[in-house]
Amino acid sequence: MRSDADAVLTVEHLTMRFGGLVAVNDLSFLCRRGDITALIGPNGAGKTTVFNCITGFYRPTEGMMTLRQPEGGEFLLERLPGHAINWRAKVARTFQNIRLFSGMTVLENLLVAQHNRLMRASGFTVGGVLGIGGYGRSERAAIEKASAWLERVGLLDRADDPAGDLPYGAQRRLEIARAMCTDPVLLCLDEPAAGLNPRESHELNTLLLSIRERDGTSLLLIEHDMSVVMELSDHVVVLDYGTKIADGLPEEIRNDAKVIAAYLGVEDEEVEEVEAEVGV
Amino acid sequence: MSAVHPTSVAPTGDAALATDREAAPARVDLGAAFKDAALAALVTLGLAFPILALRTREGPTGGLILDQRWGLVAIACGIVFAVRLALRLAGLRALPSRKATRKAVVATGAAAAAASPALRFEQAALPLFLGVAIFFPAIAYLAAGGLTESRYWVDLGILILTYVMLGWGLNIVVGLAGLLDLGYVAFYAVGAYSYALLAITFGLSFWICLPLAGILAAFWGIILGFPVLRLRGDYLAIVTLAFGEIIRLVLINWVDVTGGGAGISSIPRVSFFGLPFQAGEGGFAAQFGLDFSPMHRIIFLYYLILALALVTNFVTMRLRRLPVGRAWEALREDEIACRSLGINTTNTKLTAFAIGAMFGGFAGSFFAVRQGFISPESFNFLESATILAIVVLGGMGSQIGVAIAAIAIIGGPEMLRNLGFLKAVFGEQFDPNEYRLLLFGLAMAAMMVWRPRGLISVREPSVILRERKAISGSLVKEGHG
Repeated sequence: MRSDADAVLTVEHLTMRFGGLVAVNDLSFLCRRGDITALIGPNGAGKTTVFNCITGFYRPTEGMMTLRQPEGGEFLLERLPGHAINWRAKVARTFQNIRLFSGMTVLENLLVAQHNRLMRASGFTVGGVLGIGGYGRSERAAIEKASAWLERVGLLDRADDPAGDLPYGAQRRLEIARAMCTDPVLLCLDEPAAGLNPRESHELNTLLLSIRERDGTSLLLIEHDMSVVMELSDHVVVLDYGTKIADGLPEEIRNDAKVIAAYLGVEDEEVEEVEAEVGV
Repeated sequence: MSAVHPTSVAPTGDAALATDREAAPARVDLGAAFKDAALAALVTLGLAFPILALRTREGPTGGLILDQRWGLVAIACGIVFAVRLALRLAGLRALPSRKATRKAVVATGAAAAAASPALRFEQAALPLFLGVAIFFPAIAYLAAGGLTESRYWVDLGILILTYVMLGWGLNIVVGLAGLLDLGYVAFYAVGAYSYALLAITFGLSFWICLPLAGILAAFWGIILGFPVLRLRGDYLAIVTLAFGEIIRLVLINWVDVTGGGAGISSIPRVSFFGLPFQAGEGGFAAQFGLDFSPMHRIIFLYYLILALALVTNFVTMRLRRLPVGRAWEALREDEIACRSLGINTTNTKLTAFAIGAMFGGFAGSFFAVRQGFISPESFNFLESATILAIVVLGGMGSQIGVAIAAIAIIGGPEMLRNLGFLKAVFGEQFDPNEYRLLLFGLAMAAMMVWRPRGLISVREPSVILRERKAISGSLVKEGHG
């Protein structure tokens, strides 16, 4: 077991209540730097709620989420305002139902992702309107970076098409590229393989692995496709009814009786036992 | 679909990395363009000579008198020359990007996508509109046959341009940022009263009051922005509507400052950079050795509002290409995604309200200096609705669309005054004036059936990598607060 010091994200005692409903109950886990951590669980287990807490869309009822930068800085995510989680703590995310700017071009989508840096370059608009301060250079650099990402996700020839015109798989890849344009230290992916065909799913795996290798970004992903989880992840956290039921290496999770019962289904020989229990 | 595979991406990244048309290498052959424009003007001269230059009319004794109208011919040739030259220059500047398009198409094997007709229309219409707008007083003078006679037309031009400017200002809030604002007239009122009160109380000149009025209106835009930040859609519309009414009611009831319902009169009139438009010594006419005419002031006002409107347009076009403009449009498309990308949505919304309000304030102070009298009556809800109708009819986010819509909505009912021929159909008692708003309403309804997303419903991208493609309005979201 490695120490906490190389954890990029530490979640401690995270609890989220909506009125009487406890969506996440006393959850603690950590994502190590350079790892791909998978968060799995049956539908309604609270996985997306955990994501929304980490990325600032919900304010958790209890708990602490610490994000450590490579240089050593620390941010308490539950205390940051929503937009600062991306801009200062460098946590990016994608959404379960894709949220692209569909009426803007693919390239514009990637430039919006570099908003804060460009905003500074344009002298918070004043210099940009007056045409002073070398905004053009920064914009060209931003386009360069966007082109590099488009090339990596295979969308360079569609750069000037509206994002809403892209096929589903391409929209998923564009959303990942857009999140990566914010230079995150932690990228949270909410079901990235949902709705992809086997080939697209395989390409996605390659892309995610290259993000980890080349960009040094740690990944946290929610996924239902077990083949993706088993192939990619270094570490798996299993949630059921908002509570963590298992946490470990993929092989350990695969053989964990609790996980099998809750998520992957029960063993064949136990079927009769379970049926008797529920009274079929 | 071969485009999915990363290896099929064509190596044309260096082909053209043009951020916009300015960045493309513009090798404009000025000489050829001038020659071409001169040729077009010559053809016009040939055509205009028999048609425009000579007119016959019946003299007092019954004989025919030949009128010579060389001024009209000169104007026609001048317009053709200017428009042709502008078109040539625009066409030449667009050329490099078109070449790059062809290269990209060959390289990637993608389906050939010609520049959309809507974009070409915009490129062609812009110089035309600009030419007509610049020469409008001269055209009115020649068409009406005299300086004083042209007053109606120049006044109408001023009115239309005021609404063009207001439409462009509101377009930032509604069209770009997608925030439905039904109380825009409040900022128009703030601008008008700012000028009136500052000019009367402190004796400040128009050119000092103009920026102050804009700043005050922007300040009130932020004041309105704060409470409505969390509201969306219908709720946002209702609160902004209420804000407009609050401002109007304050103007009516705060009699000590605003003069109440009686308004403020004898607001200092505009001067020609210090020279007053008045008869006698020291006036504009005397200084330039002209005969005094009240039309000098009107024509100056026309060019003043034209300049203000063009500044509004220029700034808006520039803002669209800056990060703040892209953030506005992204906010209209998806606010949650914006937040996840680190965009401070609060500040972005406030800047949209403030900048939109600032242009409303500029227009307001122009309104005050033109009328010389303002009262709360001028700033009722109908004004807000008219400006919003201009933005929606024009196509949200489209600058040229808003200009055309302003001409149609403000100029249209005026044009319908001249429906005398209907008397031939319905008899002598028929008064076309009473039906003009009905006809106008019908035309608007037909418009919205024919083009539900406004006149210009395509969105032009703010930045291009290789080729300029219009974005269909069906993909662009309207915003929901």
